[in-house]
Amino acid sequence: MRMPWTRLREAGIMGMNERNGRYISHYNPRRLYPLVDDKLTTKSLAIAAGIAVPQLYETVTCEHEIRDLSAKLAQHDSFVVKPAQGAGGDGIIVITGRQGGNYVRASGVPISEDALAHHISNILSGMFSLGGIPDRAMVEYCVQFDPAFAPISFQGVPDIRTLVFRGVPVAAMLRLPTRESDGKANLHQGAVGAGIELATGLTKHGVMNSKPVTHHPDSGNALTNFTVPNWPQVLLLAARCYELAELGYLGVDIVLDRHLGPLVLELNARPGLAIQLANQRGLSPILRTISALQHIPADPDERVALGLKLLAEAH
Amino acid sequence: MNSRHVFWLAAVLSCVGLGICLYKWQVLQIPLSPGEHTAVWTVEARTSFIANGKVKARLTLPMDTPGFEIIDENFVSRDFGLAIESLNGRRQALWSIRRAKGPQTLYYQLSVNPKAVAVQRQGNFPGYPPVPDYPELYRSAIEGLLSDVRAQSADIASFTRQLIGKLNTDRDDPTANLLRQEADSEAEWARQLVYVLAGARIPARVVYGLSLKHGTLDARLQPWLEVHNETAWLPFNPRTGEQAYPENFLIWKSGPDRALVTEGGELPELRFSVRRALKETLQLARKSDSAIINFSLLGLPLYVQNVYTTLLTVPLGAFLVVILRNLVGFKTFGTFMPILIALAFRETELLWGVILFSLLVALGLTLRFVLEHLKLLLVPRLTAVLIIVILLMLGISIASYRLGFDHGLSVALFPMVILAMTIERMSIVWEEHGPKEAILRGLGSLAVATVAFLVMNAAALQYLLGLFPELLLIVLAATLLMGRYTGYRLTELWRFRSVWMKP
Repeated sequence: MRMPWTRLREAGIMGMNERNGRYISHYNPRRLYPLVDDKLTTKSLAIAAGIAVPQLYETVTCEHEIRDLSAKLAQHDSFVVKPAQGAGGDGIIVITGRQGGNYVRASGVPISEDALAHHISNILSGMFSLGGIPDRAMVEYCVQFDPAFAPISFQGVPDIRTLVFRGVPVAAMLRLPTRESDGKANLHQGAVGAGIELATGLTKHGVMNSKPVTHHPDSGNALTNFTVPNWPQVLLLAARCYELAELGYLGVDIVLDRHLGPLVLELNARPGLAIQLANQRGLSPILRTISALQHIPADPDERVALGLKLLAEAH
Repeated sequence: MNSRHVFWLAAVLSCVGLGICLYKWQVLQIPLSPGEHTAVWTVEARTSFIANGKVKARLTLPMDTPGFEIIDENFVSRDFGLAIESLNGRRQALWSIRRAKGPQTLYYQLSVNPKAVAVQRQGNFPGYPPVPDYPELYRSAIEGLLSDVRAQSADIASFTRQLIGKLNTDRDDPTANLLRQEADSEAEWARQLVYVLAGARIPARVVYGLSLKHGTLDARLQPWLEVHNETAWLPFNPRTGEQAYPENFLIWKSGPDRALVTEGGELPELRFSVRRALKETLQLARKSDSAIINFSLLGLPLYVQNVYTTLLTVPLGAFLVVILRNLVGFKTFGTFMPILIALAFRETELLWGVILFSLLVALGLTLRFVLEHLKLLLVPRLTAVLIIVILLMLGISIASYRLGFDHGLSVALFPMVILAMTIERMSIVWEEHGPKEAILRGLGSLAVATVAFLVMNAAALQYLLGLFPELLLIVLAATLLMGRYTGYRLTELWRFRSVWMKP
């Protein structure tokens, strides 16, 4: 009888301690964290590097700016309010329309101007930021997601999380909002993750709340063998994001807009472990192989090719 | 590379810790467990005052201590001159200095060995006291009371019991009420009893002593009543009339004079710390000139020793948190919050600690949800929660005291800022991730606090760390090794079960 941990190790599953002790502490220098922890900084870095991001409408830095906000936002029917330094998708409100004097959230629930203003004030006081430090609120373009995703999504915007190690994409998953996750694409809030085969862009397995699933819980449509549109472009974009912050162990979140194509939503310096469950494949072997490499190509195209080659060899 | 350094460092630390520990155990013969050795009480009197120029301080020392044998005493006098004076059957330490400025602290340390529990005390018969000239207001009432009691009692002991019982419990008797109201302290009440007993020509006096309890930091002398029955002094509880001394009662002084008198010193204060230690260890510590003993915890003033006994167990609790978080995968609110709660449990006792903590957090959370509707800014909201927590603590103390649960009083020992932060974080988790997650994490914190308390309060571990603090080097080594642990957490086995449970 083999022990559970022996079986996990054989499957190459990486635990939280291994991620923190072996990869994050070695490849992610702390001084670079602010570049990705503050989404406004990430956005300006991306724009400077010519990487497409959702357009920034407004930034709110202090309380009194909240009053003028509704006037400034009058021209936009839909937008997203985010804390600049939020973590795990907390504090994000998606507005998709207006109804009388109220805004309408993605879930269809109306929210008054006062309630939105209070939410922004909470963001400013640091309620959603790491360590509770005062924060800024950002209002940006609300992504009109690609209609291809409609059958396997519920409200909210599905996104693609790619794990990029030393600039080489090593794993990816499609994160699909559910009724339970309240339109958010974060797996720990109840979203569905579907592992993507890097070589083809086809989804292979599904996972929800750490349990394997084959169909989307709300729409009932199959999660497997779905082709992600523009896949090679998405993969290349993820690899290019390595240059933005030079973080060795990086999570890249990309959304597909029906008009604008792939947009980088945010970067994550501490991407979670759930991507292993979504792919039914452990990360340890490929991470070890790449960390043993002396030389990593500087060109993003070559890095994508390297990743695909290493993954093919592993099988 | 890095990880080899950690292994070496951990190995060196463990070797040093273990080596010192073995040396103390084998060569210096310090026992590893409290076991079968006789316990010795060490009492430290801390005399402090503010000096301004020439100062004389006179401390009454214990002499006749029934139930205890004085085996050793010593003084820490700093620059002060010390003289021991014996006069009129009293022993006093006289500290003096020609010039001193600012706060001064002098120590007197006493070791006593417990003997058979004392039921009375030898002493010459002081003679029958004259009947006091009671004020007109209650002269006849007292005389009436005394004759009532006399009719219901057989001897001096039963007379005293009856009288104390009547004076303490009789709510209808206006005289008893008046006497009670006049006494605004325990000592005053004991003197009041002496005054009334004199009316029956029974010699009585107030004695002061300490109820010895291990780990006491700031004790004061406690008054007690003694009555002479023509052969010996009999002790009585001035509140209940029970004929006995309190448990482990070390009599310090008799008579009305203050235990500490200063000339030239302002704000004199006398506090006592008490510790139970082992005879062998203590004698060893005194006899041995070994630097290891002199530079150990035993070389510090008793008061500081007691503080460190608690502090030295904190690393154990912290290491436990490391294990529970990195090896098991527990989720708690705040990294070391459970340890602070566990420290508070030391005073409240475990069951009451858990009940009070849960009650406080539940009430605080309810009120926090009310605050949510007011849409306050973060810092004012936190402050409001803090104020509410303190008011709740006060409310719980008052309510439980009125209901007769003394345990509710110790709620004041909870770290209130930590509680306020816990309530705030819990309410945020509640809103964002649902009540299940919030309650689960709250219970996780409570579970960790309970386990930490059990470990930190284990008498054997406290003893071991108190005498062998170098064992903490081993804890440090283990912590360093845990810092390099990259294996799975127990909860991850469950999380990734879909991988390994596959057939």
